[in-house]
Amino acid sequence: MRSMPEIITFSINGSPVRVSGGTSVATAILISGETAFRRSVSGEPRTPLCGMGVCFECRVTINGLQHCLSCQTVCQDGMEVQTG
Amino acid sequence: MKRRQFASVVVVGAGPAGLAAAIRASESGRQVTVLDDNPSAGGQIWRGEKDRRSGNDASAWFQKFRTCPAEMITGARLIHGDPERRILSVETRQEFFEIGYDKLILATGAREFFLPFPGWTLPNVMGVGGLQALVKSGLPVDGKRIVVAGTGPLLLAAAAYFRKHGAIVPVIAEQAEWRSVAGFGIRLSKNLGKLFQARSLRLALRSSRYTFSTWVEAAHGKDRLENAQVRTGAKVWREPCDYLAVGYGLKPNIELPVLMGCRTQSGVVAVDEFQQTSQEHIYCAGECTGIGGVDKSLIEGEITGLAAAGLKDSARRLFAKRRKTRQFANVLDRAFALRPELRQLPLDGTIVCRCEDVRWGRLRPMNSWRSAKLESRCGMGPCQGRVCGQILEFLLGWHPESVRPPVFPARLESLTQDSEMKESLRT
Amino acid sequence: MGNLSLTSLSFDIVVLGGGIVGTACAREFAEAGLRTALIESAEIGGGATAAGMGHIAVMDDSEAQFALTRYSQLLWKEAAERFPPDVEFSPSGALWVAADETEMREVFRKQHYYIQRGVPVEVLDARSLAEAEPNLRPGLEGALLVKEDAVVYPPCAARFFITEAQQHGATLILGKRAVGTRGNTVQLDDGSYIAYGNLVIANGIVAQSLTSSVQLEPRKGHLVITDRYPGFVSHQIIELGYLKSAHSIQSDSVAFNVQPRPSGQILIGSSRQYGLDDSAVDMKIVSAMLRRAFEYMPGLRRLSAIRSWTGFRAATPDKLPLIGPSPEAENIYLATGHEGLGITTSLGTAKLLADMILGRRSAIAKDPYLPSRSYALHA
Ligand SMILES: Cc1cc2nc3c(=O)[nH]c(=O)nc-3n(C[C@H](O)[C@H](O)[C@H](O)COP(=O)(O)OP(=O)(O)OC[C@H]3O[C@@H](n4cnc5c(N)ncnc54)[C@H](O)[C@@H]3O)c2cc1C
Ligand SMILES: Cc1cc2nc3c(=O)[nH]c(=O)nc-3n(C[C@H](O)[C@H](O)[C@H](O)COP(=O)(O)OP(=O)(O)OC[C@H]3O[C@@H](n4cnc5c(N)ncnc54)[C@H](O)[C@@H]3O)c2cc1C
Ligand code: FES
Repeated sequence: MRSMPEIITFSINGSPVRVSGGTSVATAILISGETAFRRSVSGEPRTPLCGMGVCFECRVTINGLQHCLSCQTVCQDGMEVQTG
Repeated sequence: MKRRQFASVVVVGAGPAGLAAAIRASESGRQVTVLDDNPSAGGQIWRGEKDRRSGNDASAWFQKFRTCPAEMITGARLIHGDPERRILSVETRQEFFEIGYDKLILATGAREFFLPFPGWTLPNVMGVGGLQALVKSGLPVDGKRIVVAGTGPLLLAAAAYFRKHGAIVPVIAEQAEWRSVAGFGIRLSKNLGKLFQARSLRLALRSSRYTFSTWVEAAHGKDRLENAQVRTGAKVWREPCDYLAVGYGLKPNIELPVLMGCRTQSGVVAVDEFQQTSQEHIYCAGECTGIGGVDKSLIEGEITGLAAAGLKDSARRLFAKRRKTRQFANVLDRAFALRPELRQLPLDGTIVCRCEDVRWGRLRPMNSWRSAKLESRCGMGPCQGRVCGQILEFLLGWHPESVRPPVFPARLESLTQDSEMKESLRT
Repeated sequence: MGNLSLTSLSFDIVVLGGGIVGTACAREFAEAGLRTALIESAEIGGGATAAGMGHIAVMDDSEAQFALTRYSQLLWKEAAERFPPDVEFSPSGALWVAADETEMREVFRKQHYYIQRGVPVEVLDARSLAEAEPNLRPGLEGALLVKEDAVVYPPCAARFFITEAQQHGATLILGKRAVGTRGNTVQLDDGSYIAYGNLVIANGIVAQSLTSSVQLEPRKGHLVITDRYPGFVSHQIIELGYLKSAHSIQSDSVAFNVQPRPSGQILIGSSRQYGLDDSAVDMKIVSAMLRRAFEYMPGLRRLSAIRSWTGFRAATPDKLPLIGPSPEAENIYLATGHEGLGITTSLGTAKLLADMILGRRSAIAKDPYLPSRSYALHA
């Protein structure tokens, strides 16, 4: 019973995405079907591990700023998220 | 954009322990500021519960917190502190600031403990708490197959949660033996009932296989997880799944207390009966003083809040209650001790340090954490060894090095501070 | 017991200390055919060597400093062919950045100095500097590009040197501390002795613990490293004001000094403090150092810092290393006091010492670095 789920519109890799308010960027990326939040040092695709800001596996670029923790960031209108 | 602040009590961590501490301290007339790096209060267990109106424990505590005058700053990560000057450096997404305190309460909680096995870096292999947190933040798992594996009561809680959200949990693989958990089980019904709602526990158990002495040996898939290779005794099978949620219990977040000069003992922060650390003005409560579940965190939080406010007599009245929760913690520890076979899981090619992709074969012949770091970059990435440090402690008995600022990676600007040194340093 | 521990281990030459200097020396000696042992109490390359920036720099404070750094730099270039990837040798070149006209005059002076001595350099004007390093703030005057300056990862370089030494028959004694010398033996902390023909004291800042004939001052430095941002910085970049910082003897100082790691990480320095032996990170210094860096590279502000640390440079009164026979015994040699250039000058140091011990002719004059220079009475 959340208070009024507002809808947030933003973009992942240039494609528009709509999610309900309060969704984390990590969750939104998983919903979008993307399976490489980042590429590891040796090129492996990675998804979140800890979900709580500890492991740094969920790093993405948000509004041009690299290495942001997507699991600790809530989606906001107009946000530009870049994975890979 | 810089602001300076002072609060007579600063609480770091808005989990059960931090919230209880903040409520008690501010009821006692202290001006309290709570900082937490999550987007909302609640810590691990009450993540995303803030706006819910179910009649459980969480909502009662949130209600109390809402009506107490404590200030809450979410999305704020503590990255450094100076126990002498009693100043903390805090970073948010937009800004950074320093905040002074008279008393500091560290309620930094715990994180999940992971063990490496072939395939654990595949997409959609996640921590138990990690996947739960994502579901709490809106990830739909309706109709998804989720294998839950590892150890501890968290497996059951998470499996129940996933099922409630429509997931199929074909197996809950508990590595501990039935015998040792059964000993725990005497208290299971009573205590687990508190850990999460008993009804969903029954649900989880009814149509999932909760099997003991069982663990995941490998995860398979091309670009993402396709199945989990599960072993119980000599029997091995592949369980198709969309997600593998695997975690081997919790480890206290002691980095910040250590940076602040607090003494630790066997991996937890050492505290006296009033939860005071070896640093005079710093208290610790909750999982960072030892893993023991939500009740321990709450009662320790209350004691800490009262003690920090100088109300020692009121704090003392809660000691008996705390004793019980700590006994429960000890039982937990013994019941879910890790089996030695888990040390054999990684193959030479298995990544141990996920930040730097350092593999087991490279690390195995080395003789210390420091030489591994220097030679292989193990632990040098942004998680600062939080994941691989614990793994190597378990696998090789190495102890991580001292903690240096920033205690979490932070923007460079956040490491600057107001300082008269600025000019005098130029020669 | 005493007799038992007087083992028969005996070497032509024993090196104390497995930092970049000790390992480079051991490699040189072993390659020359000497029966060599190296004793390291902790890890190979774990001392100042692990703290240093790894800039292979040519410097012109004095003719002697120039001679040793340039000689060493060319030795690095030559050795680099055999380096495994983890040594991370990258010939990035260094930019000495001038913020104003006065500093630009210094750029031209340096240019002249280096050209005369055959060091490839190029003066960049404001525009070409901005093109070379777009993240520098606009409005800088220009820079001197020193083309053969390079970057390495020192701990793995030390590891490589000791491995090569071992391939030439050297013995590595790890985890034992030298506690003193007697006769022609070194005593170790486990009570054993090792006999030597010649002894090389190369244990960095703590050399005093083994010989009373050195005077070293610790000069504390702070560094900060970022997450990976490939392409953000391409050269080692140093403000010309760095020289003022490096020269100042008493007061604490900071200067803008950034280095691109092959990983894409950016290493940010630098600071110098005297009279401290506490290795804790001092956030006041970090703060001042970073502010200075932001003045030159504002974009650094929002990059993610992963870690900070400190290290100690072993400084001599004239800022030149001590390379050669110690004043106290003919067969005890010193190889320490390399201040902020020991990664660079380790290779030159090794050559000079081997030349002295083997009676070879050396490529550069050795007198400026002889320990006896500071001990005029013994000379
Ligand atoms: C995913 C998960 C699920 C769990 N489920 C259950 C359960 O069902 N039942 C149960 O009894 N127990 C459960 N536990 C155990 C649970 O951790 C405790 O019961 C309880 O939440 C602990 O409360 P706490 O206040 O001590 O710590 P936490 O709840 O962990 O709170 C600590 C808070 O501090 C914050 N923090 C840490 N460092 C910093 C910093 N430097 N700056 C700012 N903020 C910081 C963290 O982000 C976190 O919000 C679970 C644990 C996890 C990890
Ligand atoms: C912040 C900073 C930045 C720097 N940047 C650069 C740079 O960019 N370029 C450059 O060229 N130089 C740089 N330097 C300088 C360089 O790091 C040092 O000059 C160099 O590492 C010195 O090497 P070393 O082998 O003499 O000493 P160390 O690396 O300290 O090695 C000494 C070794 O001896 C061992 N030891 C000590 N006592 C004993 C004993 N009794 N028995 C056995 N073993 C013992 C120690 O464990 C240690 O491993 C920098 C230094 C600092 C602090
Ligand atoms: S998933 Fe671990 S930090 Fe975001």
